[in-house]
Order: sequence, then C-alpha cells, then structure tokens
Amino acid sequence: MRTMVTLNDYLIASGLLFGIGLAGVVLRRNIIVIFMCLEMMLSAANLSLVAFSRFRPTGGLPDYDGQMLVFFIITVAAAEVAVGLAIIVALFRTKRTVHVEDITSLSG
Amino acid sequence: MTISSPAVILLLPFFSAVLILLVLKRSAGVSALVATGSALLTLVLSIGVLMKGGAAESAVLYNWSQAGGLSLDIALKNDALSRGMMIVVTGIGTLVHIFSLAYMKDDAGKARFFAGLSLFMFSMTGIVYADNFPMMFIFWELVGVSSYLLIGHWYTKASAADAAKKAFLTNRIGDFGFMIGKLVVWSMAGALMFDGMKEKVDAMDVAELSAAQISSLTIATLLVFCGTVGKSAQFPLHVWLPDAMEGPTPVSALIHAATMVAAGVYMMVRVSFLVGVSHAGEVISWIGGVTALLAALMATQQNDIKRILAYSTLSQLGYMVMAVGLGASEASMFHLFTHAWFKAGLFLGSGAVIYACHHEQDIWKMGGLSKKMPVTFATFAACTAALVAVPFVTSGWYSKEAILEAAKEKGGVLFVLAAFTALLTAFYMTRLVVVAFLGKARDEHGAGHAHEVAPVMFVPLVILAVMGVIGGFGAVAGAILGHEQLPAHGHFGVVGMVSIATLIVGAGAAFVLYRGRDRDPVNIKLFANKFYFDELYAKLIAVAQDGLATVVKVLDGLLIDGLGVRGAAGLASGAGGMLRRLQVGNIQGYAFLFGLGVLLLVFLALAK
Repeated sequence: MRTMVTLNDYLIASGLLFGIGLAGVVLRRNIIVIFMCLEMMLSAANLSLVAFSRFRPTGGLPDYDGQMLVFFIITVAAAEVAVGLAIIVALFRTKRTVHVEDITSLSG
Repeated sequence: MTISSPAVILLLPFFSAVLILLVLKRSAGVSALVATGSALLTLVLSIGVLMKGGAAESAVLYNWSQAGGLSLDIALKNDALSRGMMIVVTGIGTLVHIFSLAYMKDDAGKARFFAGLSLFMFSMTGIVYADNFPMMFIFWELVGVSSYLLIGHWYTKASAADAAKKAFLTNRIGDFGFMIGKLVVWSMAGALMFDGMKEKVDAMDVAELSAAQISSLTIATLLVFCGTVGKSAQFPLHVWLPDAMEGPTPVSALIHAATMVAAGVYMMVRVSFLVGVSHAGEVISWIGGVTALLAALMATQQNDIKRILAYSTLSQLGYMVMAVGLGASEASMFHLFTHAWFKAGLFLGSGAVIYACHHEQDIWKMGGLSKKMPVTFATFAACTAALVAVPFVTSGWYSKEAILEAAKEKGGVLFVLAAFTALLTAFYMTRLVVVAFLGKARDEHGAGHAHEVAPVMFVPLVILAVMGVIGGFGAVAGAILGHEQLPAHGHFGVVGMVSIATLIVGAGAAFVLYRGRDRDPVNIKLFANKFYFDELYAKLIAVAQDGLATVVKVLDGLLIDGLGVRGAAGLASGAGGMLRRLQVGNIQGYAFLFGLGVLLLVFLALAK
C-alpha cells in the first residue's frame, strides 16, 4: 500500500523552497531574479502554513486559521511587489543597470 | 626672639645683600661700601662677643616649625669654638672686602659681586653659629649656593660657568650622604641639637654598647663625614676645588681657602664626640692623609699660581681632616685657624701679583717681582714661611707640629705620609716663590711692567702676614680660640726634628732645581694632569648616563610605545578594518548577513 504523505514531507518541501529562495537572493546578480526569489520565500512560508492547517484538524475539520493567514500573506505580497518594482524602476532610471553588483553607492 | 650680638652678626650681611640686590644694583660704588661696612661692623661685634666671653649658651632666634616632639629652631650657639671661628670669618671677610674694593674696581658686575660676598658672610655665620643639625644643613647649602654664584661671577666665560656647576654638584653628592648620616644620628641619639646629642652620646657607656650599635654609629659618622668630603674637597670629591679658581681671586681667598672649605672641618670638630665613640676615625684619618699626599703631588707640577695654591689648600685640609680622624680635634681647629690667615694672605698676594701683571696667572711668565713689588713679596714670603712651617717664628710651625705629634702617636704610616707631604709642601711653595718672584722677568709686557699695588690692596696683605706669623703664639691663639681649645704644647722632640729636616730637604731641592730656569725641568705628566681624575669621572658619568639612557629607551620603546601608544592605535585601526568590511554597499552581502541573523535567532529560540 502507498505510504501516506505526512506533515513532515510538506515541511521539507517548504524548507527546500525557502532555501532555494534564500540562495537565489544571495547568489543571483539580476535584481529582478532576486525579487522573484524573495517571492519564492514568501510562498514557502505560505506552503508550510497550509500544511499545518490541513494536518492539525480541530473537530474533524481542518484549522481554517492557517488558510485565512495565507490569504492575507498573498495580499501583502502583492502590495509589496508593487512597491518593490516601483523602487527597482526608479533605481533603473538612475543607475541604468539591473546588475546588483554595480549598485554600491551606500558603501563605506 | 632676642636681639643679641650673634643675631645681629648673622642678619646684618643678609640685609646688606638684600639692600644691594633690590635697591643699589646700579650704584656699584655704594654697594661695595655697604657690603664692606657690614663686614667691618660684624668684625667689631665679633670682637665684642669674644671679649665678653662667658659660658656657652644657645639663644633661639626663630622657631621655624614645631611638629609633635620635634622642634626645628634657628638658634645661635655662642661658645668658645664659635667665637673663635667668627673672628676668623669676619676678620678675613673684612680684609677680603677691602681688597676687593680695589681688585674689582673696574668690574662690570661689581654690585652683584658684593651682594654675593654679603650673602656668603651671612651663610657662613649661620654655619658657625648653628645650634643643631638641620640649621647647619640649611646654611651649609646656602654656602654652596653663594660659592656657585661667586665662582660663576664671570658667567659669560664657559669655563667659569662649568666650574661653578661642578662645584655645586660635587657638593651635593657629599650632602646626600650628610643628610642620611644626620638622620641616622638623630634616630640613634634622639636629639638634633649638638649639645643634646653630645650629652646622649657621652651618656652611652661605651662598654655597654652592642656591636650593632657601634656599627650604626660608625656608619652614621662616616655618612656625616661625606658632607665634609664634599665641602672640604677631600678625595674622592676633591675635583671641584682647583676648577673653582675660575672665580675672582678675592673669592678664592675668602671661600676656598679660609672659610667655606673649613666649614667641613668645623662641622667634624662640632661632632667630634661621634668620632671618639665609633670606629670611623681610621677611615677619616686615612682619607685626610691620602688627600694631603695626592694634592701635594699634583701641586708640584702646576703652572698656574692660583692652582698651586688651590692644591696647597687641598693638602692642608687633608691635614686637618686627618687630625680630626686621629681624635686630635683641638690640633685640627688650631691648624684651621692658622691656615686661614696665611692662606688668605697667599691668595690675596697672588691676586695682587695677577693684577700687577695684567691678569697673567702663569708663573713661568712672571719673575723678578721681588724687586718690583717689595711689599707684596715680603707678605707672600712671610705667609709661605708659615705654610711650610718655618720653626718657632711662624704660626704654621705650631699647628703643623701639633698635627704631626698626633699622627706619630696614633699611627706610624700616617706620620710618614704627613712628613713626606710636608716635604712636598716645602718643595712646591719654594718652587712657586723662586719662579714667580726671584730671577728676572720673563715677560716684558706683563711682569716687566709690574709695580707695587695700591695701599688698599697691600694693607690687608700686611695684616694677614702679621697674623700668619704671630697667630700661632699661645697668647694670640689662646685669646681668640680659648686656652682650653689649644692642643697641649709638647716639647721639641723627634717630631720637631723631622719637621725641620723635611723643610730643609724640600726647600733646598726646589731652590736648586728652579733657580734661574725659564722652563720647568721636571715634567711628570701624571701629576700635571691631576692623576687623570677628571677624565675618570667624566668617563664614569658618561657610562652611567648612557647605560641609564639605553635602559629607559628600551623600556620606552617596548612598554610605553609598543603597548601603550601603538598598541591602542593598532587596536583601533584593526577593529576599524574589520568592521569596514561590513559596509561595502553590496546588497547581497547585506542579505546574506540578514539571513544569518535570522538563523541565529531561530536557533536561539529553539535551543530554549
């Protein structure tokens, strides 16, 4: 018989997703890609929330608090993306580059 | 505060010095007269005090400080010893003041000179009248200061300034030992006043003293003697006295022949009870004897008239110190007394000669002065006779015989040493007289044109020469020093014959060797270069200074520089360098550290 998918599997997936996102933020040079990886980290968090919601039922039904929080997070992520892209566009207008290595005016 | 004669004698020169320095600086003539007047007045008062006589007494002039049981006063002790010594000090002082009126007539710093002389009279009076050790030490140092100011009177001359410094520093080295010895004696005897100390020490029954106590007393006496070694220029601190001849000749006569250098001997006589009780006498007498011999050897090869007399002073001081060490302090005091008169006479006579030869001091450039300056020659010859101890008619004979008697009684080798030194004394003094006064003038410009000096200059010479001759007779010395102070007058014995023999041999040899010469036939480099003591000391000081400087440099480089200054700076700069790497403006770097921080927090939260 096929083994059941447990909470741990979802959590490992979420963790891996978060790790990939973090690696992308630290290692990628293109600022748009860094932003996308940032979103990936957020979605990793969402995944773990939903997993907990499903696997910790209250009274036979899943705990809907987790799912509610996910909705909020998605909304907030959208707002954040709007602001973040606005900043990147403003930055591009001055620096004319999407390479994050060339943006060093805060050094020292 | 009682105003007694001794107090006036003490304070009058002080006020004279103050008056000259504050008010009369510009009128040199008036300053000279003020200073001479004060000296004359102190002489008159001293004679008065002497004639009044009376038992020994101490009058407190001013209570300086009172701390618990310790009371430090400026107190004046009026006893036979101080009365006699004051006659010497004020008498020779007055004569030197009168002599200086003419000798320093054209000097630019005349007012300063007389102020210095007055300051010196004040300080020396303080030493003579000192009632306790601290007061004596204060005036001891004051005398050193006066000596410094007067030796360096012509301070623009580098050699004079150096000589003044040398004198003061050498004195200070001796005074260091003096200070420590003073404190040790105080701790052992419990009293600082000479009277109190004498009582306590006499009260200590010698048989009952433990070996440790006797050793401490010996060490204390030797330390106190260090003061004498410095002040009276004994070996090994004798190096300053010949250089002190850079000062004007009246200064040499007053300070470095008659009074200041005698202060060391005077102090030892004051504490002679210490020498009796401890075992210090042997060391003291040997130092005196060695000084006498070394100085006499050095004198035989000197060519500057004042240097010869300076070494002669050193030699005679050696005699006095030797006598104190042998326990014959009356003989020492008697010799101090007679020596003061004839040595001052010799120095002032040399001053007259130098003045007449237009400030020429080399005896090989003089000659034939006996005909050109008869009075000076007569006084100089009389004082020389006293110095070499011509039998029976001079004061020097009686005092030197007393010392030789003491030497013969206590120790054989010292007697031989003293007799040989007497021979050398006769030799170099005869050499001086023969070369400078007899024969013909060797330098037309200087000695050729010499003529007798003014009465203002030769009258003091005559008075000193007279005192040099009669000062040894019992009547004169007894009247001044007090009859109980004189050494017992022995009959004419072996000592007398040895004395006469050494005189004849020494004087004869010099006469034969130097009569009619133009250059010195004898040339002993060792004596002429003063046994190379100055070079030795210079090397010692250089080595010590360099060593100390190297040690300090290493410590400074390692500790203060390395750890302190550079260490602190290095630490700051290193930390700064490390922290700088966090601020490169690299976004991804910041993100990485951010992530690291979050990980740390999670870890800490879970670990709880």
